Amino acid sequence: MRKLILAAAALAAFPAMAQTPASGGGDTGGGIVRAAKPVTGEQVYVQVCQACHMADAKGGAGAGTIPALASNPRLAGAAYPIMIVTGGKGAMPGFVGTLSNAQMAEAITYVRTHFGNAYAKPVTEADVAKIAKPPAAGGH
Amino acid sequence: MDSGVRAPTRRQLLSAIAKVGGTAALYQAMTTLGHAAETQFHGPPNLSGARPGASVIVLGAGLAGLLAAYELRKAGYKVQVLEFQNRAGGRNWSLRGGDTYTELGGATQKVAFSPGNYLNPGPWRIPHHHRTLLHYCKAFGVALEPFIQFNHSGWIHSSQAFGGKPVRFNAAAADFEGNIAELLAKSVNAKALDDTVTAEDRDKLLEAMKGWGLLDNNYKYSPSLKASSHRGYERPPGGGVDGAPIASKDLYSLHDVLDPQVWTSMGFFMNHEMQTTMFQPVGGMDMIGKGFARQVEGLITYNAKVGKIAQDDKGVTVSWTDAVTGKATDSKADWCVCTIPLGVLGQMDLQVTDEMMAAIKAVPYSGQVKIGLEMKRRFWEEDDYIYGGHSFTDQEIALISYPNNNMFKDGPAVLLGAFARELGAYRLAGMTPEQRIEVALAQGSVIHPESYRKEFASGASVAWSRVPWSLGCCARWNEDTRKQHYQTLVGMDRRIVLAGEHASYVGCWMEGALLSSIDAITRLHKRALEA
Repeated sequence: MRKLILAAAALAAFPAMAQTPASGGGDTGGGIVRAAKPVTGEQVYVQVCQACHMADAKGGAGAGTIPALASNPRLAGAAYPIMIVTGGKGAMPGFVGTLSNAQMAEAITYVRTHFGNAYAKPVTEADVAKIAKPPAAGGH
Repeated sequence: MDSGVRAPTRRQLLSAIAKVGGTAALYQAMTTLGHAAETQFHGPPNLSGARPGASVIVLGAGLAGLLAAYELRKAGYKVQVLEFQNRAGGRNWSLRGGDTYTELGGATQKVAFSPGNYLNPGPWRIPHHHRTLLHYCKAFGVALEPFIQFNHSGWIHSSQAFGGKPVRFNAAAADFEGNIAELLAKSVNAKALDDTVTAEDRDKLLEAMKGWGLLDNNYKYSPSLKASSHRGYERPPGGGVDGAPIASKDLYSLHDVLDPQVWTSMGFFMNHEMQTTMFQPVGGMDMIGKGFARQVEGLITYNAKVGKIAQDDKGVTVSWTDAVTGKATDSKADWCVCTIPLGVLGQMDLQVTDEMMAAIKAVPYSGQVKIGLEMKRRFWEEDDYIYGGHSFTDQEIALISYPNNNMFKDGPAVLLGAFARELGAYRLAGMTPEQRIEVALAQGSVIHPESYRKEFASGASVAWSRVPWSLGCCARWNEDTRKQHYQTLVGMDRRIVLAGEHASYVGCWMEGALLSSIDAITRLHKRALEA
């Protein structure tokens, strides 16, 4: 029940469509894009995280490596993945300002309980809020 | 009146200033006289007099690396370039029929485009004020042609306006301006602006709104031949009996034209980097990378995966592995220009200061997605009279961009079926190449419902977050990271200097890579002569 209320609050705070204007600087498209907002952890994973970490969460390797999230002992504590997802690491951008705290919490919980990870305790929106820094101004 | 003393022309004056003070003085003077100020390019670096036997190792054969190799060899250095891929150019890249591309995760696409057709996954258009790139294209014999940036006939599509139907840019823009002009004129006439605008300027403002917004004598934006002259006609002017034009009657409502898709599309073309004139290389964007690579033939070692960059008082040692043979090699040089994208570089064993390492690791990358779709015929030209330019949509694909070459030709052509960014790009990148094509066809069909699927032949996609050699498209700085790390990143770390779009304020553009490279090698050369 509590989760339902949280989800409803998240929906109210974040409309179902995210409206993204072209960001300042760089070669980018014109106009705005309205992408459907992912809500559940699985939806966030598939529509965002999977772009780099792959559908099987095994990452990939070329000139550099995108780390596997599958069977990853570094996910045992919640603080580490929260820090990375909110603040970014290397080529990976932080998602504060792009995703809501609730979306990040759902995604982290999903990854920590799937792909060979079994860290049952859910990560909450409040857990994320404690670690997330506000986004910096002036993209690019 | 003729006193016998002629004031010099502006050109004579500028050329005199250049002779005396060099190009920097010329640039300063031009800026003062109201010219230029749209580039930091002051001409090629003209380095010379390297110490005999001095050597440089350049990491990465993208544009920054190729330019560094070209200019430093000219200055007298012994130059070696190591490149991870089996080709030069880096993100300057084109995919053609017969090409194979394997992304991170292993999905492999075999491109099936017809001969002559291509997709430019990375850069695809060049602003007229990117003087460095234009200079070297000319110097290296790379032919350019116009890139049709602004097409008034393109479509604008919003899922939340105009009943979800695409509308022509010229009609939506004209109706936006007409509606805004009418409202502003109404405010003036209702005396709402009497406190803030003088009587004289109120008259001028009314005149401007009438002329700019195509208002009638009652300051209304109404169906008229005047309004049609911007937005298009129900029956356009013709010849003979039915020559008289008929005005278009169904103007779009204020509510519809206030949808942000309209004004953001209009505003897009006002961005300095998006203003016409723009260019593209004849035959595909990689003609630039190939043109640069020709200048440094024999200097590049391909398939070289760098693992470690060490340095001491005597020089730089780069440890790398040949991806084909597996052979490990240490290459030594006096100096190093490193153009490896930061996301990749940050994972290597680097002998640099902690501050430099922190800077390298502080900059995330964007992950745009581009999809090329080959169509059996040019239905956008034949059915919609669209010749180049873009249609914008608020769906994830963000736009359809039409080819700028071979207009009016029969036979297949490749259009850009997606240039997705941010969340839209993540969603497309997470899919298999086949799923991406399906989404591009479904969303593109909203713009071209009759023909899109019917004429589709084949497609190819590049999701930059899965590009094995860059782990992203462009470095993304923000105000905090610029303040904390930028000067460290561009500074020389003993014998190593970084270059690339990431080491510039023209991020994501080839121009940024080149300007960064010129600055880096100029400082490197100075340091080498002082050492």
